[in-house]
Amino acid sequence: MTLLIEESAARTQKKTKKVRGKVRLREHVMGWLFVGPFGIVFLALLIAPLAYAFYLSLWQKKLIGGVSFVFLGNYVKAFTDPTFLSGVWFVIRFSLVAIPLQIIVALVMALILDGVTSLFTRFSRLMIFLPYAIPTVIGAVMWGFLYSKSFGPLSDIFGLFGATAPDFFSKNLIFYGLVNIVTWQWSGYYMIILYAALQGIDPALYEAARMDGAGKWQIALRIKIPLIAPALLLILVFSLIGTLQFFNEPQILRNLAAGTISPGFTPNMYAYQQAFGLANFTYGSAISFALGGVVFACVYLFLFFTRKRRSFF
Amino acid sequence: MLAAAGVLAACAPDVGGGSSTAGGNTASAGAAGGNNASNCTNTIPKKDLPVVTFWGWYPNMQLVVDNFNKQNNEVQVCWTNVGQGGDEYDKFQTAISAGTGAPDVIMIEADRIPTFQIQNALVDIKKYGYDAVKDNYSAGAWKDVTIRDGIYGVPVDGGPMAMIYRKDIFEKYKITPPKTWAEYERAAQKVKDAGGPLFGDLGANVPAVMMALQIQKGAHPFTYDPAKPETIGIKLNDQASKDVLEYWGRLAKKGLVGTQDQFTPEYIAGVVNGKYATYISAAWAPGYLTGAGVGKGEDTGTWAVAPLPQWDPDNPVQVNWGGSAFSVTSQAKNPELAAKVAYGLYADDESLTDGWTNQIIFPLNLKALNSSDFVNAKVAFFDGQQANKEVYVPAANAYQGMTYAPFGQYYYDAMTKQISAMIEGSVTGSQAADRLQEDVVNYAKEQGFTVQ
Repeated sequence: MTLLIEESAARTQKKTKKVRGKVRLREHVMGWLFVGPFGIVFLALLIAPLAYAFYLSLWQKKLIGGVSFVFLGNYVKAFTDPTFLSGVWFVIRFSLVAIPLQIIVALVMALILDGVTSLFTRFSRLMIFLPYAIPTVIGAVMWGFLYSKSFGPLSDIFGLFGATAPDFFSKNLIFYGLVNIVTWQWSGYYMIILYAALQGIDPALYEAARMDGAGKWQIALRIKIPLIAPALLLILVFSLIGTLQFFNEPQILRNLAAGTISPGFTPNMYAYQQAFGLANFTYGSAISFALGGVVFACVYLFLFFTRKRRSFF
Repeated sequence: MLAAAGVLAACAPDVGGGSSTAGGNTASAGAAGGNNASNCTNTIPKKDLPVVTFWGWYPNMQLVVDNFNKQNNEVQVCWTNVGQGGDEYDKFQTAISAGTGAPDVIMIEADRIPTFQIQNALVDIKKYGYDAVKDNYSAGAWKDVTIRDGIYGVPVDGGPMAMIYRKDIFEKYKITPPKTWAEYERAAQKVKDAGGPLFGDLGANVPAVMMALQIQKGAHPFTYDPAKPETIGIKLNDQASKDVLEYWGRLAKKGLVGTQDQFTPEYIAGVVNGKYATYISAAWAPGYLTGAGVGKGEDTGTWAVAPLPQWDPDNPVQVNWGGSAFSVTSQAKNPELAAKVAYGLYADDESLTDGWTNQIIFPLNLKALNSSDFVNAKVAFFDGQQANKEVYVPAANAYQGMTYAPFGQYYYDAMTKQISAMIEGSVTGSQAADRLQEDVVNYAKEQGFTVQ
């Protein structure tokens, strides 16, 4: 009897195992089906082009003599190419100035909006966010007009004080002209991210801080900012990656200031110029990958220096 | 205004290179027809005939294509506008690299033909009926589309250069149109001393003008050896080239001419407001300026045109800026049929007349160029002056053709860089020429050319 029962128990166990296996298999298939559409698009539109571009970057194409395999020759050339290096140097300098500026503006705005509750908060939030909603191209064209010596308001404003307006398209000032455009465009977006993070903080913490005698400044500096540090880190990394790949604004303003903004002004513009202007897809691909390397190195260094003790890496 | 400048600069050369995203406002960018004849902008009336695909951006292209299709019983044209100048070249370049996607026939500015020919992207159409139309164009027009005895395009419009000027400013400061460049400089000085406006403009983004003016003084920037395609002669720092750069650098330094990039709203606003007394430009300029709003309202009839100033008035040299041709691409399925389109399109009287009366093209087809209607036309922009008869037609007829670079984009970008440095004052004209020479020679060598 006991034997029988044991046997049947073993059998049911086996049965359930089989059933479970079937369920697991079905779950697997279902899982792949759900991931499938994304996976296919991911492979076809990201991984495959990347692989192909990398493959291209190992070849050299000449107008005379055609294509030849040079292995990493294009990369050696890129990192000794003064145009590429000056472009990289430009975007690094640009990041060092523009990113802190954007983040500070965004942080101050977010803290103010978080601290003050009035009818204007919602309106100001929208207004500050608005530049991000304007397409980059249109934003750049608009600033092109604002900077214009004959259409822009600058000459009128400076004229009031009897001064000549600065020419933001000149070689000396184009840097600041672009910093201004980028800050205008992105601060609002970063502000929203920080604002959302601030809204997520438990108000009980503020109350506790107030009971301990903390003022508004102390709450902002000692409670709010440390608590939104992850969000700050996130937008810093985003903006670093974005700024190192700087392309849209200078490419558009090039139509207004071709002498100041050369085709190799930023590495991304240089890659575009090589591939589509000079029929050199191979070197263009190499420039793109070299830039990718630079971005990776910069982000790695950044994360390395901002890491929390014993947290990651 | 910006968009208008882009669209109406129909025959104007590509500005600044690469891509003119802001200016190139085009109908169906992206919807590139390529070899696919199913998405034409025009409707093909004779559906049973073979179809040739075509890219072009003349503003009256629709009419021209319809005229061709109506009159032709052998082949029909399927036309797409994929952008003008740089926008189109970028797409064509991509199609060349991909090996597919290019149209059968394409509109290209004459100075870009060598750039595509060197990549074997264009077909020599000499054997497909050149002899029949040879006499319809001047020798200079043919030279612009000829590379080593091969014909790589059919000339359509040209840009003989001249000096456009403000009559009112000239009268106010009591100057007559300068005949030489020395007189031009003296007149500029006179206007400046009297507190007048700038006399002209040196735009870093129009290197093609500088090249033309250097050629006018006797420079030969590029030379080919017909027997050896891999060799090229590059002389960008000979005395003539240096002299011309020095001349313009000096004028800019003295504040006699402006240094504003051209084809920008800024520049056009300056032209509209009488900031510049002259505009050294080509025959398509009146149409471009009219479209951009110059010479309207109270400024009507303030403009006139005079021949381009010369270095040696006894041996005048005429040069050209801009102008396009129709080329057959090597992706054409039937080159012979495609060549028929290239030769026949925009060559009928009706299209040509529409083109020149609406100031869309300065025709190179001698049927139009020599017709009395065209020669004697009174140009409204120039207050009824017979500009063609007095200035442009003689200039076009005396034009001997130029030899362009097989890496035009690189050369122009490098030139822009040097002109910009010269304007800034970090190099002299001679140094700019030397640096340009070094830069371009290095590029040519890197690209596999043997530089002579």
